[in-house]
Amino acid sequence: MLATIGAASVDDLFQDVPAEAVLDGPIAGLPNHASEMAVERALVKMAGKNLTASTTPFFVGCGAYKHHVPATVDMVIQRGEFLTAYTPYQPEIAQGTLQVLFEFQTQVARLTGMEVANASMYDGSTAMTEAVFMARRITRKSKCIVSAGVHPHYTSVLKTLTRFTGDVVEAGTPVFTPGAPGDDLASLIASIDAETSCVVVQNPNLFGHVADLTPLADACHKAGALLIVVVTEIVSLGAIKSPGEMGADIVVGEGQSLGAGLLFGGPYLGLFACREKHVRQAPGRLCGETVDASGKRGFVLTLSTREQHIRREKATSNICTNSGLIALAFSAHLSLLGEKGLRHLAALNHARTVQLADRLSRMPGVTLLNGPFFNEFTLDLGREARPVVRKLAEKGVLGGVSLGRLWPGEKALANGMIVAVTETATDEDFDAYEDALDEVMA
Amino acid sequence: MTTAMNNVGRPTRLVAGTGAVAETFTGNKALMLEEPLLFERGSLDTSGVDLPPVPPVPDRLGGLGRDAVIGLPGFSEPEAVRHYTRLSRQNYAIDLGIFPLGSCTMKHNPRLNEKMARLPGFADIHPLQPQSTVQGALELIDVLADWLMKLTGMPAVAMSPKAGAHGELCGMVAIRAALDAKNDPRRVVLVPESAHGTNPATAAFCGFTVENIPANDRGRVDLDAMLARLGPDVAAVMITNPNTCGLFEPDLKRISDAVHAVGGYVYCDGANFNAIVGRVRPGDLGVDAMHINLHKTFSTPHGGGGPGSGPVVLSAALAPFAPIPFVRKTAKGLELVEEDTAGTHANQSFGRMVAFHGQMGMFVRALSYMMSHGADGLRQVAEDAVLNANYILASLKDLYTAPFAASGPCMHEALFSDDFLDGTGLSTLDLAKALIDEGFHPMTVYFPLVVHGAMLVEPTETESKANLDQLIGAMRHVATQMLADPDAWRTGPHFAPRRRLDETLAARKPVLAFKDSEVA
Repeated sequence: MLATIGAASVDDLFQDVPAEAVLDGPIAGLPNHASEMAVERALVKMAGKNLTASTTPFFVGCGAYKHHVPATVDMVIQRGEFLTAYTPYQPEIAQGTLQVLFEFQTQVARLTGMEVANASMYDGSTAMTEAVFMARRITRKSKCIVSAGVHPHYTSVLKTLTRFTGDVVEAGTPVFTPGAPGDDLASLIASIDAETSCVVVQNPNLFGHVADLTPLADACHKAGALLIVVVTEIVSLGAIKSPGEMGADIVVGEGQSLGAGLLFGGPYLGLFACREKHVRQAPGRLCGETVDASGKRGFVLTLSTREQHIRREKATSNICTNSGLIALAFSAHLSLLGEKGLRHLAALNHARTVQLADRLSRMPGVTLLNGPFFNEFTLDLGREARPVVRKLAEKGVLGGVSLGRLWPGEKALANGMIVAVTETATDEDFDAYEDALDEVMA
Repeated sequence: MTTAMNNVGRPTRLVAGTGAVAETFTGNKALMLEEPLLFERGSLDTSGVDLPPVPPVPDRLGGLGRDAVIGLPGFSEPEAVRHYTRLSRQNYAIDLGIFPLGSCTMKHNPRLNEKMARLPGFADIHPLQPQSTVQGALELIDVLADWLMKLTGMPAVAMSPKAGAHGELCGMVAIRAALDAKNDPRRVVLVPESAHGTNPATAAFCGFTVENIPANDRGRVDLDAMLARLGPDVAAVMITNPNTCGLFEPDLKRISDAVHAVGGYVYCDGANFNAIVGRVRPGDLGVDAMHINLHKTFSTPHGGGGPGSGPVVLSAALAPFAPIPFVRKTAKGLELVEEDTAGTHANQSFGRMVAFHGQMGMFVRALSYMMSHGADGLRQVAEDAVLNANYILASLKDLYTAPFAASGPCMHEALFSDDFLDGTGLSTLDLAKALIDEGFHPMTVYFPLVVHGAMLVEPTETESKANLDQLIGAMRHVATQMLADPDAWRTGPHFAPRRRLDETLAARKPVLAFKDSEVA
């Protein structure tokens, strides 16, 4: 090969590297190659230091949920033709990926009650930020009002990027209205003015509270603003009226609950759905139907004049690689459930959550803050919750998320703990949780 | 109107008068299996998931129950397996053959990495579990960070960006935060015209004004133009090295020094780091920030469009502005620095980029790849990738126009233009479709923009000489035939699951979701 190239050695091929940057040998301080067996041994040892969700009573939520993922889903995403394909730039030999994306977009649109959805974003938090930018482009206004019931990490991501874009973000601190923790719909409505581009609200909100967003949607539309609804627990849409039915203009979500697993935070799946009339302002990739030269139906990536590889600095987003394989996992999980299975799953999550909420709220010193909820609720423990969560973990129970971790500065929230319940929690897990909490609170 | 049938003996939607012929009842041809949409095949009352019964308790949904039909058909397990297996067979993939997409780096995805990512200790842990219960996960992030810093010669790394473009955003936000900390109002970002589209898009998102710098006739940044433009209004340059023409930028250190001298920062697009890993450390070239696509250099699978992962290495000047959360060693073990601890230890952090901690699943795969290859093997990865690309360049440059071949060896990818097809009425697109019929995925086409009808061929270190010879043979055959008989090559592909697709129709009348009323 070197003879064909006309080079004496591989080193000659690196002749453009300036002398001061040339490394003579392997980089110091790193080990040399290792066998498959040795690598596996080292990584298994590292993995063994973590307490896994499936081996413990587990009630942690707040934007990532432990659901049972059917074995078929992992088989599907390990098909090499899906796993090791690239973004479908040559559609004639990527119809598998493209048809999956078209099905995924349709599923997401229907689930959220919207008309169209894109082919995925990185995660729920980045999808929410992109939605705010999209609202600015559509309304040509730049004031964004964020509900205090939105996941604080999501709001934090939004604030990071809007520091430089000219968007003005108004976000308050959560208030515990009895029976409706974090519900600030009335004050959101009061804050809308002629400068408002959008209102961002999460449903169910971070504290598990479920609200009717219709009055908020009406107020937004009256003022020429858009309503952006965030859904971090997508399974809830098998039981609760969709954001689209309540008047949302853009729905963003975290799709992790279906197909992905917990994965310590990633890779997850950003969902992005909107009205058809706004689609040319949407970020990310879109798959559309067309026909081939012989008239057969086929699919292609389309409306790419919005995207960075064509529009460069005028693009609607800088996103390129997104979450294709996780979209496949989501779509496969949802098609295995079907409407019947999704409704069953959602009803099961809700009923089990009602059961645990009733048990825990009967304990002395523990108050349930929620009225309506789906599969997550907030307890006031009457004492700082963060040490309680840590002590529960020492007893092998992952009992929830303390509000002190999410809002470290807010003393008024410090006694709160958010508890999530899914179909995976057993009666034995409930017993273990109640016993452990009883001991920790004693 | 002729109609092709799908496999329930039902016509698929067709445009009238296109001449489609249903040669079989089903539309299938032996192992060439058509597959209807989920919405045409599944049913609303089918479910392939077995769930326990719902306990009979009154609901507490506050009267907000979802009553209307959602419209989500279901499959039984065998139906689902067949649906997706049939669809998978309509995809080209690295598992099927050489996938020479320049700039995208389609290398083999070792299966050990997949197995390791699925260890419950990594896959089945929640991002908000108490930190005492995830010390192994934090250790993995810490070890991977150490590899990345040593391989790049940089003192810090931000792990949370979700993909390359997200990493660019992280780096450019860090630059913006560093400027803001000094009340420095400079806002111009210089980007070579050969750059990935994500570069200018990212800079614009951070409130910078983008100015393009031309390339010289050797395919590198025009050094004189770059130096001439530098001044007190320049916040940063974004430069890709090796660049998108597949060439090393020999003047990067000079550019970096000059940018620093005027008070700006240097962002390096690390998309092509796989060409130099183990042989060159970007830290030695004066770089302030560089993202690393774990899905390119470190072999995590592309998955048909993600997930990626884009950690960003940072210079000492930018490190204080790195996003939260990050992992830190303490006397008690590893600590994840979040909002509460950030106030005391990282008060200049620009904040969060994502809800949680980054692409853990990709971290595991990348570390598994790094440990398998080691410092010695990673160096060989770069050498083999560069050797393979130069072999392709040398074997085709007499037939294909190779605009920069005269200026010396390329790095990990070989760039050609379609100038040699002038007068045939054929273009890069036709050649790409012809390669599809030859059983290959085509190279990257029409990128970079600095070359007419660009064809960017990146073989990666994965391919043997025999595989390269077959690709070269096919590319020579196709080009020779196109020059000899152009009219035979205008309508490819002919043998793919679909003929050429009408992208104009798709954009003019967008159909982005299935509508039940359209069922034939």
